[in-house]
Order: sequence, then C-alpha cells, then structure tokens
Amino acid sequence: MSEAPKTSYQGRIHLLQKELMGEYYDALTEASQAAAPPAAYMLISGNPVELVRAFGMLPVYPEVNALQIAVKKQALPYILKAEELGYSVDNCAYVKADIGLYFSGRTTPFGVIPEPALILCNYVGCNVYLNWFEHLREYTGAEIFALDIPFVRDPAGVRPEDVQYVVAQLRELIAVCERLTGRALDWEYLRHICRLSARTGELWAQIKHLTKHTPCPLDAYFDAVTLMGPLYCLRGTEAGLRFFEEAYREVQERTQLGLGPLPQERFRFVIEGPPPWPYLRTFRDQFSRWGAVAVASTYSTVGGLWEFGFAHDPERPLESIAMHMLYWNLTNRDLLRRYDQIRRYVQEWNADALVIHSVKSCRLFSAGQGDMREYFSKELGVPTLLVESDLEDPRYFSEAQMRNRIDAFFEALEHRRLDPAGGAGR
Amino acid sequence: MAVPMVETDASARCREIIEGEPFAAVERWKGTHPGGKAVGCYPVYSPVELVHAAGLLPVGLLGGGNRIEIAHADARFQSFICSIVKSTLELGLTGQLSVLDGVLFHSICDPARNLASVFARNFPQLRVEYIHYPQNLASPQAVTYLISELQRVRGALSELAGQPVDDGALRESIALYNRWRRRIEDLYRLRRTSPEILPASESYALLRAGTMLPVEEHLAILDDALARIPSRTGKRQDRIRVVVEGAFCEQPPLDLIAGIEEAGCYLLDDDLLLGWRWFTGPLPGDGDPLLALARSYIDRSVYCGTKHDVREPKAAHLVRRVRELQADAVIFLCAKFCEPALFDYALYRRALEAESIPHLFLEFEEKMWIFDRMRGEVETFVESMLFR
Repeated sequence: MSEAPKTSYQGRIHLLQKELMGEYYDALTEASQAAAPPAAYMLISGNPVELVRAFGMLPVYPEVNALQIAVKKQALPYILKAEELGYSVDNCAYVKADIGLYFSGRTTPFGVIPEPALILCNYVGCNVYLNWFEHLREYTGAEIFALDIPFVRDPAGVRPEDVQYVVAQLRELIAVCERLTGRALDWEYLRHICRLSARTGELWAQIKHLTKHTPCPLDAYFDAVTLMGPLYCLRGTEAGLRFFEEAYREVQERTQLGLGPLPQERFRFVIEGPPPWPYLRTFRDQFSRWGAVAVASTYSTVGGLWEFGFAHDPERPLESIAMHMLYWNLTNRDLLRRYDQIRRYVQEWNADALVIHSVKSCRLFSAGQGDMREYFSKELGVPTLLVESDLEDPRYFSEAQMRNRIDAFFEALEHRRLDPAGGAGR
Repeated sequence: MAVPMVETDASARCREIIEGEPFAAVERWKGTHPGGKAVGCYPVYSPVELVHAAGLLPVGLLGGGNRIEIAHADARFQSFICSIVKSTLELGLTGQLSVLDGVLFHSICDPARNLASVFARNFPQLRVEYIHYPQNLASPQAVTYLISELQRVRGALSELAGQPVDDGALRESIALYNRWRRRIEDLYRLRRTSPEILPASESYALLRAGTMLPVEEHLAILDDALARIPSRTGKRQDRIRVVVEGAFCEQPPLDLIAGIEEAGCYLLDDDLLLGWRWFTGPLPGDGDPLLALARSYIDRSVYCGTKHDVREPKAAHLVRRVRELQADAVIFLCAKFCEPALFDYALYRRALEAESIPHLFLEFEEKMWIFDRMRGEVETFVESMLFR
C-alpha cells in the first residue's frame, strides 16, 4: 500500500464538539477560580451524573482530563512526576498523568481543573478506580463517597439485591450532596435531567445503529470518540441533547447520501480496547490507508450500552441510574459478555475482522485478550489482529511496528478476499 | 549467619507438602473421601467456612510457584500481567487442576476477575464462582448486601456438593476455623516475640501447607508445632526487625523469604497468605452465621490492598503496626505487575517518610529462583540501618 487518503471527515459535529468541550473546560476553569459550583470528581463508566447535576454540582472526570492531556502529547512529564512520587512504571498511566497533573497545579492548556468538593468513586468494574480515588482523597483531603457497584456475576444478570444495594447507596449519596450543597434534592428537576439523558442516549444509540450501513457513515471508533466527550461531560443538559440532535441529523444525512469517512470503504472492522490517545491520528491513518473503517467499538460503550436497549427512566430515576451502573455499560460486565457483544457487532454490523488494541494501562480491558483472540480466530473463524500499546503513555507506542502488524493483517485479508480458497491469513 | 535449627516433624512435613506435587494432598483426601469434591480458593480471601460446611475441601489456588513453565497461558494473558494469573491458568491448561471441582475468584483486581471468565470458558467442567465483596464498607447497607452475596455463594456450593448447607453445619465450621485461625495467630505471636526460634520461612511453610490440607488435619499439625517450637533455644542476633507488606496475593518463593531473613532481618509480621487469616478476632459462634461472616468481614478483618475502606487510610494501619511491633523498618515485597500493591506503595511510602520509618522496596515474581541480587539489596539496607 502506498500513501493513501488520510482521514478527511471533519463534519459539523467535530467543530461543534470542540466548541462544547471548550465551554465545558471554561466552566471548570471558572469553578476553580470561584470555588463554585462545587466540583464532583467522578469516573466515566456508568455513572450517576444525573444525580450530581440535580444538585447543581459540576462533574469533573479525571479520565477525560488525562486523555485530553495525552491527545495534546503532554502526558509524559506528568507521568514521570507521578513515578517520582513512587508510582510504578506498571501502574495505570491515566492515574499517573492525573496525579502528576494534580501536583503540577492542575493547570492544562485547555483549562484549570477545580479542587473537588466531593470525590465520588463510582466503582463500576475497574478496580483501579478504587485506588485512584483513594489516592486523590488522600492528596486533596476532600470528602469521598465510595459507591460500590456489584459486578455482573450471575448468569441471569443483575440480582434484585444488587439493585436494592445500589439504590440504598444512592439515597446515602443524596444526603451527602444535600449537606455539601445546602439544598434539598429537587426530584422534579432530577426527572427532567433523566429525560434529557434518555433522549440523548436514544440518539446516540440510533447513531450507532446507522453504522451498520455500507458504507459506514462515520467511524465507530475514531469519530465515535469525538461524540463521547459530550456524551459524558454534557449528558443530562440541554446543550448535550442539542449536540446529539445535530449529530444524529448529520450522520443520518451522510447515510442517505452514501458518504463514509473515507473515499472508499474496503474493509469493515470491529475494534476492542481504548485508543492510543497520544498517537490517535497516526493510529487512525494506519487503518485509513487500507480503506478500513471501524463499524463498531467496545470502547464507545464504556460509559453506557444505550445501543442495546438502555434508557434512563424519569419515572424511576434512582432505579434506572442504578441499572445504568450495574448492567448497561461495558465495564461492569464480565469478559464473556464482552465476547458476546463483539460477536454481535461482527455479525450484525457485518464486519470483516476484529482488531484488539491491547493497552497496558487498562487491565480491565486487556487482561485475557489473548483468550479473546483465541475465541474469535479459532472458534468463530473471525480474522483477528491483536496489537499492543497504551492509552496514555507515549513510551509504549512503536509506530513502525504497529504499522507493520496492521499492514500484514490487511494484506492477508486482501489475499483471502482475492483467493477465498487459498486460506491466506489462517 | 543463621543458626541451624532442627525442624519439628510438623514443619518438615509441611515443607514436604508444599514442595511436593501440587495438590497431592488433595488427591489423597479424595482417595479417602469417595465422592468428595474440592474447591480452589484463589487469593485473597475466600469464605472457607462456607466451603467446609458444604462438605467440600477448600484448597488454596495460589499459582504455580517457580516450578512451572508458562508455555500456553502467555498466549492468553499479556506480558504485563502478573505471574500468578498466568501460572494458575497454565495449571488448568496443562490438566493439573483436574482434581478441583470448583473455583472461587473474588473482586480483588481486574486481571483476576478476567481470569474467572477465562476459566469459565476454558474449563466448563469446573464450577466457577466470582464473589463481589463490598467496597463501600462505610455504608450501613454493606452488611445486608454481603449477606445476600454469601447466601448466593452458599447456594452455588450446595449445588456443587449436592446437599444443602444448613446454619448448624456452618456454625460448626465457623467454630473450627476460629480455632484454626487462633493457632495461626499463636504462631505469629511466637514469631514476633521469639523470632530467633521461629524463622518466618518456617512459619510460612507451616501455614502454607494448611491451604492444601483439610483444616482438621492441619489443626493437629499446628498443635504439634506449637507444642514443640517454644522449647527451642536460640540466640538473638544482630538483625533488624521488619514488617513485610505487599505479598497478599502472589506468593514469593520460600527461599526468597528465607533469603531476606538470612540477609539480616527478623520478619515480625507479613501479609503473606493474608486471606487465610483474614479476621482480627474470632467470629461470633451463635446467631445467624451469614451475619457473623458478613459483619466480621466489614468490621473485623485485616487491612489489605484489595479491600478499600474509606473509614481509615490504609497507611495509618501500617504505621500503627510498625509502632506496635517496635519494628525498625518495612520491606515492601510486591509482586511484579501487581497493581493493588504497587498503588498502595505510593501512599505507604509517603506515610512512612512522614514518620521517618525506613523502608525498602523489592519486586518479586513467584517464578524467580535466583535471589542473589535481592539478597544483596537487603544486606545493604540492613547494614545502612545497623551501622548508621
């Protein structure tokens, strides 16, 4: 493959996203100066942002801050700073970048991160979350609430006892927020926020189903991450909903016009694992040069699985927030449920291959991905590529090596297409 | 340096058990208990009382140590995943876990959790249960939740055993394990007060064998050891008094523990095999036994890198333990790639430095078998303390 068209799709949603995320970070900067509204640190995987917003608190996501730093290629000094403080080279680099940032004045090129009024550790699958927020509590001295979400471990799914446990904790959390903000929970306002979230989630789900089309109207990995910013940082707001209305219009329009992110769609793949944020563009181009488009991704379901039927229920706000955290997200489900999710993607989204991007930092994602490769390639006969780097630490990305692996994989896929009986790539 | 010590019969037997074929003791038990079933307990903490009350044999599933070559499991778990995850899977992939009928995994870390899934897919003949322990211990709801979780596990174990687990049987198992844990505590107490007559490597071997034997049999061994060891004589040497922290899951090789001692340390306390001595006192013997287990987990269990309790910072516990034992230093013995231990270290280091407590950080892998470099590091550390 010689030099091929690079990614060209830069639609209205990309511009609008930049604007909205800029405003979000402006709000954080303002809050850091005025010490108001109170900031609640939270994690991305299925979270109760609806409840936090109902108290007028500002959600702050250390993961989003860390990835923004990585995208801007500024993560390494913060990572090194944390390693000086005693963190291991083998610890999650999101955590290290965030803690390095905390000890560097919380100032980024895109905004100043406010001190937390509440450290809300929504433990949804990722065990590192617990360590991360425990450490932030230690450093900031802020109040911590450890919201424990039992992992999905029963073949039948979520147990009624789990829902009761989570709802009861949400009631405790309400009391904490009432005390911190000095205001009582306005249930009607919470229901309103849940309605906004429900509609936002529905539009997001519809967008994700549009990527079943050929050609795929947007890249369900590299473009989906653009949509994930507003999905997390603005979910439950009017602005967030307007963004998704606009995004849906645009993607639907592209579907009708038969437009894809690349001039020609030659391969459709499903991708598993978070992106290498410091080399996002490089990584994307390594697929684009083969005309390969991601039609579905597991990473875009970390914060919620709306595409498979979830919606917040304004009539039962606490129960639906609990179900979002317990069941309707990727991270609180076991690996075998993830295999099922990917299998559905491959079949229903009509993909040619599975690409597993294995990142060292996030063992929730990566631990056992070799078994996943075994399952898909050997048992299901899905051509599967496993490549390794990291989501935050630039030291783990080897451009040439990555490119060689991806080239060899698509070359084999191409051979197989030309000579299906030849067994290339097996 | 070390005073050669004649091992008691109990200690020699335990050493044989842990250095012999893995699970040979379980095979033996099955031979004498036709139809008996064994349940592997992955670290850190398993509710062994429930397993025992179901008539099943709880067995420590503690990795492959340094006598297994990873030939298959490294294709399933990447290079940056800790050794115990891979060696445990290797044991399964090479048919060495066929003696087990069930396995308990727990919410300790992400790789262990994913390992439970990989086990479920690759070994369909095994009953795999994943236990989610509460991580919001400050919540009054945690105990209700944990009772429901233990009730679920009780149901799964009953199914495996083919018989219900009634409260009476469970209360008896709790009483038995109370006695057993008291013996282990006696062993640790003896080591703390008279480290010159009971090396940590020996007490470790005595305890480790207990993860492979029926509790009744092991209790007799401990009784025997505790009756004989105090009559030993030994001369207190010029060594530093140390608390070992960080090896609550993957276990260091026995020779490494001995090596650290011989490099000039009395290891007064450690968190090796921590889940097997999880409670700080006896569990209530009367009333609802599930409530006893759940309440004790929440209010009377040891601090651990995999248990998060916002009621008190972990580092405060460590500092307190160092002070109580009048220890000179802390040695961090962390398994390579063990995220919980490596995260904890950052906070521990900060707290120890604030308290001016010297510490040494060592990273081990269960599969290592050459300890010269590590021993050298310990010797240097000890010298820096003895001759400052």
